[in-house]
Amino acid sequence: MEEGTLPLQAPAGAIAGRGAAAPQTAEFEIVPRAGLPIVAIVVVLLIVAVAVNNTWPLMFLHVVAGASWTIIDLFLGFVLGPILGSLSLPARTELTTKLMPKMVLIMPTAVAVTLAAGWQLSSKLGDNLTSFQHHGWIVASMIVVGVMAVIALGLLEPANIAVLTELKKPRPKPEVIERLMKRFIYAAGATGLMQIATLVIMTRLATA
Amino acid sequence: MSEEHRLPPVTQLGMLSLSLIGAAVIYLAAHLPKHVSLTPAIALLAASAAVLAVNVVSLWRSEGFAWGRFLYIARWALVAYAIIAGLIEYVFLRNSTSGGPLIVLTLSLVVFALNVPVLIAFTVARYDDPAADNLNVSG
Repeated sequence: MEEGTLPLQAPAGAIAGRGAAAPQTAEFEIVPRAGLPIVAIVVVLLIVAVAVNNTWPLMFLHVVAGASWTIIDLFLGFVLGPILGSLSLPARTELTTKLMPKMVLIMPTAVAVTLAAGWQLSSKLGDNLTSFQHHGWIVASMIVVGVMAVIALGLLEPANIAVLTELKKPRPKPEVIERLMKRFIYAAGATGLMQIATLVIMTRLATA
Repeated sequence: MSEEHRLPPVTQLGMLSLSLIGAAVIYLAAHLPKHVSLTPAIALLAASAAVLAVNVVSLWRSEGFAWGRFLYIARWALVAYAIIAGLIEYVFLRNSTSGGPLIVLTLSLVVFALNVPVLIAFTVARYDDPAADNLNVSG
């Protein structure tokens, strides 16, 4: 993605494009190139873990990625979201341009690794079979993950990319950014609530 | 943003389409290793693909949409989600999924990998001014 500019310290009028003085600019990448090799390494680790099909690497990847997904959703929805809403526009813009590009890489990677390693693990252990004692919990977890995935893919991820694209424009519209950020935070809050259900299901399974 | 009112409900339809394939995959996965009828999964997949098609066609017919931005974002999103779909397909193959269920799951992944770029690209492009859609972006 391109190197772009956005007004960080400029008054709101500059962001709104109301003819204010030339804004101070900062550069950021919508997809941080520096993070791509890390994503590639994680994907390779996942492929190797699935190919080797040993319990520990699969469990490690599933737990680490799943915990990251859960914690990030909860943190964004219930801690950072309300803080972000109370910040001034320049501060919010600066935080957004530093946080959101990382989310573009972290969230899809965490979700893909959690699901792929989790499915392989459950196949290896037989937990996804109807004969499994707690199969109902497994199906419940699939439904919860399915709903979270639809919210994340339909609302959260598009809002993430769209807000960054808007911020890259010479004159970003604050009302568009506001609307997209609200959508992002509400979607993160909704998935955060569903993550609590995931935690209940996973701890039930782990202690069954 | 008055131009938004002229655009079809792409996000809502896209989420409906994703929900339908999600239901198809969960239906199949919840019955393993039993051989269950594929009919419900095929019906859900067909409905999902139909909703995706309606979504794309209705968007294609809208006037004043920033297609340059849409296609640019959709292209890169398609690359990313094709990789993710490929990873999931790899796990299915690794677990010896075969026959009808593999076909349904593979087609579900195809619909998934097409749906998400449409959703992302639409959300980005709907806020673009079509008149200024000169794609001030590069790889």
